[in-house]
Amino acid sequence: MKIWIERQKALIDFTLSSLARRKLKNLGLLLVYTVIVFLLASVMLYTHALRHEAAQVLKNSPEVIVQRMVAGRHDLIPLGYLEKLGRIRGVQNKEGRLWGYFYDNVVSANYTLMAPSPESHGFGRIADGKIVIGAAVARERGLVPGNLISFRSYTGKLFVFTVAAVLPHEAELVSADLLLLSETDFRAFFDIPAGYYNDIALSVANPQEVRNIASKISETLPDARIILREEVLRTYESIFNWREGIVLVLLSGSILAFAIFAWEKASGLSAEEKREIGILKAIGWETGDVLKMKFWEGALVSLTAFLLGYVAAYFHVFHFSAALFEPVLKGWSVLYPRFELVPVVDGFQIATLFFFTVFPYTVATIVPIWRAAITDPDAVMRG
Amino acid sequence: MIKLTDIRKAYHQGQHNELWALNGIDLAIEANKVTALSGPSGSGKSTLLTLIGCMARPTSGRVQLGERDISGLPERFLTDIRRRTFGFVFQQFNLIAGLSARDNVMLPAYPLGGDWRALHERADALLDTLKLGQRRDARVEWLSGGEQQRVAIARALINDPQVVIADEPTANLDTALSREFMAILESLKQQGKTVILTSHDPLVVESSVVDRVVHLRDGHLVEGDK
Ligand SMILES: Nc1ncnc2c1ncn2[C@@H]1O[C@H](COP(=O)(O)OP(=O)(O)OP(=O)(O)O)[C@@H](O)[C@H]1O
Ligand SMILES: [Mg+2]
Repeated sequence: MKIWIERQKALIDFTLSSLARRKLKNLGLLLVYTVIVFLLASVMLYTHALRHEAAQVLKNSPEVIVQRMVAGRHDLIPLGYLEKLGRIRGVQNKEGRLWGYFYDNVVSANYTLMAPSPESHGFGRIADGKIVIGAAVARERGLVPGNLISFRSYTGKLFVFTVAAVLPHEAELVSADLLLLSETDFRAFFDIPAGYYNDIALSVANPQEVRNIASKISETLPDARIILREEVLRTYESIFNWREGIVLVLLSGSILAFAIFAWEKASGLSAEEKREIGILKAIGWETGDVLKMKFWEGALVSLTAFLLGYVAAYFHVFHFSAALFEPVLKGWSVLYPRFELVPVVDGFQIATLFFFTVFPYTVATIVPIWRAAITDPDAVMRG
Repeated sequence: MIKLTDIRKAYHQGQHNELWALNGIDLAIEANKVTALSGPSGSGKSTLLTLIGCMARPTSGRVQLGERDISGLPERFLTDIRRRTFGFVFQQFNLIAGLSARDNVMLPAYPLGGDWRALHERADALLDTLKLGQRRDARVEWLSGGEQQRVAIARALINDPQVVIADEPTANLDTALSREFMAILESLKQQGKTVILTSHDPLVVESSVVDRVVHLRDGHLVEGDK
């Protein structure tokens, strides 16, 4: 064992000085390879994080949302609809929801305002005149519980609220820009008459029944639009796949070119290198020793490239919002008006990327060496 | 210590360009002596060295190292014997360009996996005795011919072999450097090494350091040992 370690140490030592001799070639290879890994990893990290995010958001959303359509547009839904829905079998819970968007000129941001049902947010009933705010809002406007905050509503009236609490930080992804207020305040602020809601959220006893229930709803309420969570999920999924596909297609040309370049550089064996392998064999190296040394050479280059490329991609995606892909991926911002990706790293994904980059490179360096390394040790004695 | 019995060696055997480089060599080489193989170009000197040094196997005949018959051993074993028993100095020196003198010297020791620190010390000590101490970090291609040869000698000695094999060691050296080389040979002999070399060079063949000269012609031994 100790001998084995000493051997690897010596081989790596030699490999390093050997790599240093062909600085330009090896640095070039390293660079090219890093770029490939960077591009691939960026795409993978990006789409994976988006999927993850969408799943997180949707996990908490209701299974069925019923909206009322008037002249093809989403309109307020009256209380009577809620009662009609109650008679459909399989509906477990139903709730009229009150929510709306509000643009705050002070910080140029869009807020989502909601009047939560008392059970749903763990803050109990929110008293009139109080407001619960998302962490980002608190940060932007420098608010702590007890402060006052005022908004001028769309009707022109000024409303003043006391901050009752700040939503916990972990929920920031979903709730960063959320404002929660009492039903009375909400109706007053947006001027929504009593007995009307924005939409109705349903939960279903048996998820298998969702489609049946949906068709029953549309029979009962012909002017309703029904939005199913599973459908939204599927739409997201297909949009993501499609986008990912486009990016990969766009990149594939350049990646292929890079890959061929790297392959050629790695696998081409100069006369000088062949001579060196001959010398090593003559002074007592076995074919296996030569291969091991070259294995380390390929492994060091491709591992370094992998690490550099992956870390760069990580920063690119999670700290610079995938700035390089912006032109292609912009459409996403329709789905996500304000997203900051939460870093998600998937082990399987890393393994896949690793396998498709480090492995072929190492093979590309080994194969031609292997052919040169099986030459007879006495070859150097001639000429 | 090395005994050759009826050694024959063919290149490209069975092909149209078949060539018999050695045609029945019987030779015993004594330990702690300097033996020179001499003869015209193409007479088979280098070929004989590769067989003695376990770099290649004879087509027929026996090679004994000490009491052991090594002519039938598979390549793996031959490599192992070779790197523990023999050190090689080649005509072209065959150093690896771009590496320092010291890195070159240490090369044959890597596959053996000895202690890394001890190896460095051994390499430095060898370079010191060969008066290359100050040049040890220089890349070998910046060294003069004589310095390069001394690096090659240090490399041959790094695994402390019993036998040093040198193919035309003075072919690339001028007279002064050749004399220096003969002095190094002398000291190797005093350390109890066995040296086997090939040479055309009268300066080597007629030197008092050489204990025995073996003449070859067309793959045969020619009588007339020194
Ligand atoms: N690998 C090889 N393949 C084919 N023929 C070879 C090979 N090595 C040597 N020979 C031939 O075998 C013969 C003996 O060659 P060898 O190199 O042993 O001679 P030498 O005495 O060392 O000559 P020189 O003094 O020129 O070095 C020559 O005719 C040579 O061409
Ligand atoms: Mg020769």
